[in-house]
Amino acid sequence: MFANLLGRLHWSSLPQDAITRGGAIMIVVLGLSALVALTVTHKWKWLWHEWFTAQDPKKIGVMYIVVSTLMLLRGFSDALLMRAQQATSVGSSTGIVDSYHFQQIFSAHGTIMIFFVAMGFMFGLINLVLPLQIGARDVAFPFLNSVSFWLFFAGMGLINLSLLLGEFSAAGWLAYPPLSELKYSPGVGVDYWIWALQIAGVGSMLSGINFLVTIIKMRAPGMTLMKMPMFAWSVMASMSLVAFAFPILTVTLALLALDRTLGMHFFTAGAGGNPMMYVNLIWAWGHPEVYILVLPAFGIYSEIVSTFARKKLFGYTSMVWAIWAIVLLSFTVWLHHFFTMGAGANVNAFFGIMTGVIAIPTGVKIFNWLFTMYRGRIKFATPMLWFMGFVVIFTIGGIMGVLMSVPAIDYQVHNSLFLVAHFHMMIVGGVLFGYLGGLTYWFPKIFGFRLNERLGRYAFYGWFIGFLLAFTPLYILGLMGATRRLDHYDASMGWQGLFIVAGIGVLFLAVGIAFQVLQLVVSIWQRDQHRDLTGDPWNGRTLEWSIPSPAPVYNFTTIPVIYERDAFWVTKQMDGKRRKHYEDIVLPKNTGAGVWIAGFAFAVGFGMIWHMYWLAVIGLVGVVVTLIVRSMDEDTEYVMTAQEVEKHENALARRRMAV
Amino acid sequence: MSDTAVVLSESEEVKNTEKTVFGFWVYLMTDCVLFASLFAVYSVLHANTFGGEGGQQLFDLPYVLGETMLLLTSSFTCGLALLAAQRRNKQQVLFWLGVTAALGLSFLAMELSEFRHLVAEGNSWRRSGFLSSYFTLVGTHGLHITFGLIWMITMMFYVAKKGFTNAVSKRLMLLSLFWHFLDVVWIFIFTIVYLFGARGI
Repeated sequence: MFANLLGRLHWSSLPQDAITRGGAIMIVVLGLSALVALTVTHKWKWLWHEWFTAQDPKKIGVMYIVVSTLMLLRGFSDALLMRAQQATSVGSSTGIVDSYHFQQIFSAHGTIMIFFVAMGFMFGLINLVLPLQIGARDVAFPFLNSVSFWLFFAGMGLINLSLLLGEFSAAGWLAYPPLSELKYSPGVGVDYWIWALQIAGVGSMLSGINFLVTIIKMRAPGMTLMKMPMFAWSVMASMSLVAFAFPILTVTLALLALDRTLGMHFFTAGAGGNPMMYVNLIWAWGHPEVYILVLPAFGIYSEIVSTFARKKLFGYTSMVWAIWAIVLLSFTVWLHHFFTMGAGANVNAFFGIMTGVIAIPTGVKIFNWLFTMYRGRIKFATPMLWFMGFVVIFTIGGIMGVLMSVPAIDYQVHNSLFLVAHFHMMIVGGVLFGYLGGLTYWFPKIFGFRLNERLGRYAFYGWFIGFLLAFTPLYILGLMGATRRLDHYDASMGWQGLFIVAGIGVLFLAVGIAFQVLQLVVSIWQRDQHRDLTGDPWNGRTLEWSIPSPAPVYNFTTIPVIYERDAFWVTKQMDGKRRKHYEDIVLPKNTGAGVWIAGFAFAVGFGMIWHMYWLAVIGLVGVVVTLIVRSMDEDTEYVMTAQEVEKHENALARRRMAV
Repeated sequence: MSDTAVVLSESEEVKNTEKTVFGFWVYLMTDCVLFASLFAVYSVLHANTFGGEGGQQLFDLPYVLGETMLLLTSSFTCGLALLAAQRRNKQQVLFWLGVTAALGLSFLAMELSEFRHLVAEGNSWRRSGFLSSYFTLVGTHGLHITFGLIWMITMMFYVAKKGFTNAVSKRLMLLSLFWHFLDVVWIFIFTIVYLFGARGI
């Protein structure tokens, strides 16, 4: 009876080998020490009231970024293991992990980096900046926003739990069937993958809806679409893609789960299933996903380059058209991920041409940024360095992408390290550099002090040099015939030297990350020397710089009226002092319902993974009941009166004077 | 800060409602993509019967027409409920929502009995790719109907208890959007799965 209740869970589900045990013990120790620290310092209440139940998008944004940063470290340690394995596992040596664990490591690396680093970081930055940029006090649906974050958190929890209980998927980051079917992956690994992504994915979809509505319905009076900052445009485009692409992911994951738990035949190799349909479905989501990630990064670069070149963005209108061209085209290229599947020459030709075409709007954007820099008075602050590193790496990676869009060439390099080098150049050089630059750029607006510039520069150079060292050899290796996901190769291939160079590159990257940690610690330590007293540390152009740093909970004391693009810049040029005037402000009350919903969703996922169906049912009922209970509460907002706002503003001003 | 519930001005309420309704439309569009994906999957797999029976042998059109009529009528009565809500007539709203829920429930019962017959005759979702995609597509619609019913019963409770507050009126509007949307999806299921299927297209 009791055994039935626990489903597949058993003592043997605990980690059995040294490396997994080490990782598991590290997570447990870190987690426990965090719990103890919180208990000893009596911070639980504070954490719950100030953060976990928060509805303020700036706080939710900070939580997203904290989680993503931790996950970046986790994903990066997977990368270190992979590089170490491939540098050493040659000839008679078998390296440091066996092949089954190696497969789990690269599957976890990809999954974590895309879903729990890139997506989380993106939603974090959007939460921090978007309402400020469009002159809004909040997002359209604050409660939904908190639910989204906690669903993301629950997914993150599940994927890390796989290190402690059971195993993770060994079927690659997209879990192609029939390998990911029950017959070939009977363990819980693929189920962890499915449910972590399903739960986090629903959160992403809700966020997409939320931000889309925020941009369309909540812009400050006078801010017509063509007066929006470029970041807002890019978020709008990216969120439209989320709304169209994520339901496809939801369906795909659900169908794979049905195959595995109810014995259906969507993607099985027999009984009328069609594994190739999965590959089509997953990429019909997966390719737009690439643009979901990179478009906001493009927006960030646009803000950075015009701020630090001290010029308005070159070709604003063409930039907007380029974004929407990319949105449209991103749904017409998915087949280039599997030219070799054999869809036929004409189909391949169509998708090859569309893939080449998508480089045109992207090129338009690159040139617009370069022309923005041209004859600008460029200030080489850290965000600008990230931007320039991006231009170099992204352009190289992009050209390689166009090369591979030719199906005949793709047949040669398909599934090789050449491809791995290409997409890391896009996702790290394109996406992550943008987010890291954006974080440096907007950090003072959220926390009230700047990050240390010198250490930031060191971190950037560590990343830049390390990245090129780590991935340039992979292009060569790919051309030499090294396929991706290799855990062992013969010495006669002559690959080891290049693999060692790539390994050294990752060590440089590690130094860059170490500098980032140091930068954060030192900046907090010396925060009084780096206070942002003006609210406008970079001589910015958009609305977020018109308010004090750190931004108050209500963002704007009065909603600004917009007449021009780069609204704040225009105000500064006119030297217009905005007169202070206070009004009552309605704000959402904090609520823990989001945490509860995500907790129940976690129970659903856990129950489904371990076949503890009673738990899944409880979880589902819990979600529905929490929603109903929450909907009964009509007292979800509070008013901050004009006097309270004035008092708050004066207190902030006094605190700034004190520094 | 004051502890009493916040009272918003008329124009702010209108703006809020507009925002929520728009957001709900966007959600419905994502749901549309979800169903579109399931339809695509069905159309890829509909001929993969793996030696088993296909739609021509399995589907009982008059029975499904009965289901369709129940659902279409429920959409009509849902509309009547919303009209009554505009007149702020509590009794009528409760009556028509009750009728709608009863019709929805009968639809669901018929669907489940159809599923039961299929499974009993050895044509379960495990039988073939075709049946997997059939059960999943039609079942997802049924699942939506189930959640719609839970929502509807909750709303009846609110209307009875709270009357027509702004929040209640807004949610009634969203509920009716949801219900009509499910009707439209069903029309596609009826056409593509049952009509095409029964004729072996």
